[in-house]
Amino acid sequence: MIYGVSYIAIVFFLFIVLMVLGLSFYFARKTKSASNYYAAGGQIHWATNGIAFAGDYLSAASFLGICGMIAMVGYDGFLYAVGFLAGWIVALFLVAEPMKRLGKYTFTDALNAKFKSRGITLVAAISTLVISIFYLIPQMVGAGALITPLLGFPHWVGVVLVGIIVIFIVATAGMTSTTYVQFIKGGLLIIFSTILTIYIFNNGLSLKPAIGDMEFPEYMVLDPEIEDGKIISVEGYTVQNQMEVKSIPIVKLQKGGVDRWFNLVDIDGVPKLVEMLSISENESGNKLYNGEPKENQKFYQVGHMSKIVVDGKEVDKTGPIGPFKFLSAIEGGELVRFSELKFKDNDLKVSVFYQNFTSGKDFLLPGLKYKIGKGSTPWDKIDFISLMLALFLGTAALPHILIRYYTVPSQRDARKSTILAIGAIGAFYILTLFMGLGAAVSGVFDVESSNMAAPLLARGFGIGIFSIISAIAFATILGTVSGLIIASSGAIAHDLIDNYMNKNQTDKQKVKAGKIAAFSVGILAIALGISFKGMNVSFLVGWAFAVAASANLPAILFILFWKKTTAKGVIASISTGIVTALGIILTSPTMWDRYGFDSADAIHRLENPAIISFTISVLVVYFVSLATQKDNIKRLKAES
Amino acid sequence: MQHESAVELGVDLASKKKARLGVWFFFIYFFFYAGFVAIGVTNYELLGKKVIGEQNLAVVYGIGLIVFAVVLGIIYNWLCTRYEDALNKEETI
Repeated sequence: MIYGVSYIAIVFFLFIVLMVLGLSFYFARKTKSASNYYAAGGQIHWATNGIAFAGDYLSAASFLGICGMIAMVGYDGFLYAVGFLAGWIVALFLVAEPMKRLGKYTFTDALNAKFKSRGITLVAAISTLVISIFYLIPQMVGAGALITPLLGFPHWVGVVLVGIIVIFIVATAGMTSTTYVQFIKGGLLIIFSTILTIYIFNNGLSLKPAIGDMEFPEYMVLDPEIEDGKIISVEGYTVQNQMEVKSIPIVKLQKGGVDRWFNLVDIDGVPKLVEMLSISENESGNKLYNGEPKENQKFYQVGHMSKIVVDGKEVDKTGPIGPFKFLSAIEGGELVRFSELKFKDNDLKVSVFYQNFTSGKDFLLPGLKYKIGKGSTPWDKIDFISLMLALFLGTAALPHILIRYYTVPSQRDARKSTILAIGAIGAFYILTLFMGLGAAVSGVFDVESSNMAAPLLARGFGIGIFSIISAIAFATILGTVSGLIIASSGAIAHDLIDNYMNKNQTDKQKVKAGKIAAFSVGILAIALGISFKGMNVSFLVGWAFAVAASANLPAILFILFWKKTTAKGVIASISTGIVTALGIILTSPTMWDRYGFDSADAIHRLENPAIISFTISVLVVYFVSLATQKDNIKRLKAES
Repeated sequence: MQHESAVELGVDLASKKKARLGVWFFFIYFFFYAGFVAIGVTNYELLGKKVIGEQNLAVVYGIGLIVFAVVLGIIYNWLCTRYEDALNKEETI
């Protein structure tokens, strides 16, 4: 996809990013002079803290990923919004209060509060590292996705840019992401998402959406001459190739030296060739978009409605529309999505995107990604349950999420700010439903990356709102990535080298080890961000949640609620959780596709591991603890 | 990494009661959340039924789960505050 560069957008973008970065540094300097970060946090008003909580949590996955997935597969994307929010219930009701009773504020501290075991230090550090890296991948992919429509650079430039800025920040100054910066980011994201949603309602629905200065492309429909099921000629074109990919008949035609792909369909009993989008890549990596170089701009953004029904009547467009009418008009109508087919055409790797007419009813039900209705297999249903389980249990098990709960003057304030955060995040997630659906039907969707859906929708409505929203999302990514890299380097330098290996390092050596670790994790994050290009960031975050839920949650719940839990039980549970979750993810159909194999040949059909890895992890902590009760008796005697 | 609280919270005599309340509220929410997943895998067609106005059950249930989380949170906070007031009369929390 190629996007024209808007210099106004770049100026807006740079201004907002620099302002947020400047504020970060300003507050970081201020908090350094205070006794510590949390003492400053102790004076923060609960409402400020609540919105800051939302700013912390609403990362690239929430804004870019959920909107993108809703635009691509409808309601299945909204499942992530429901699950991400439901996860707060586990965090607030089940973990926060009891953990406070234990007097500990992070998982690593809480896990080791009773046992002070080196083994737990080791596995907790590895778990923090693995989860942080899984969380880093979608942030980096999101950064690349944002940079492309904004600056016109390829995806990898965005990833490298974020990587370099963050490594620089972490390695030189050390970044204290402050409450006020998160407050500003969280508040701005919610305000501008609301404005974008109002734009969507004001714009309404149209069969030929043309928001802003974009024009609706008229898709070509040709009449082929067919003999014995084979296309023998098409007026004005030469027939190059004809094949079936996954039972879909497709045809390559040539005109003026340009190859185009068409889909053979039956329209009212008459065979027609309907235009598809195509990307063909030769062995040296050069790509043609719709048969021509990228610069010719023959590849366009897609997504529209082919039937709109309002109050039982078919209409061409609705005009301004309210939220309920908006939903019911989509549900009663029909959408044109563009679905991908991949195949080889001689030595070319080809991806075509065919027009997939989808009823609004199906689009507003689960099933386009996670099949659970008619024709679904037991594996499909297990995968759906597994996803919902991971989203529900993952939030509370992320290593960094609960820290803010303890940064206000009293417990009451802590609870009030958490509830305000749930309210703000919940409101934002309801907006994602409208932003995602808006992107699906407004002709702004980029088939190469679903992650761009919301920013591209904003771009259609105006450069101002586009650059502000992109800048907020980019600044959020910078903050999240910095935090994750600091957490990962801490896990390596402090937990592994200092505590586990018992290296008596000087302060200078510790700082050096931390910086080397931050640099290494940063480079790894850049590499992973580039290699996972095009994957939906919410889907990737779903994996991070699954690993967190499997590795951390059983151990922490057993420590909080079962006195017989032993150190060996905790170690075994965390290790098994990581290994099983990673094992299932790395052998999943999606990863098979990433390795370059056919996803249908993957050794199992499960995309989401939690249902197996979480269950095994629970069983392991229970049985290993029972089998090692002698350790507990020894520990209790020693303590008394 | 060292992690410390912003403030010393002191003795909280209501903490056990709040923890028990939290477990109850967790199971109430879990029941409805699991209900959504169960309808999806056992009676998928039901999710497509229109329930309020022109909206189908999937949309209403999904948005309902988000709103319900906020409502439960508010009730939980109100009850916890009452417990703290009743049990920590002489304690500063």
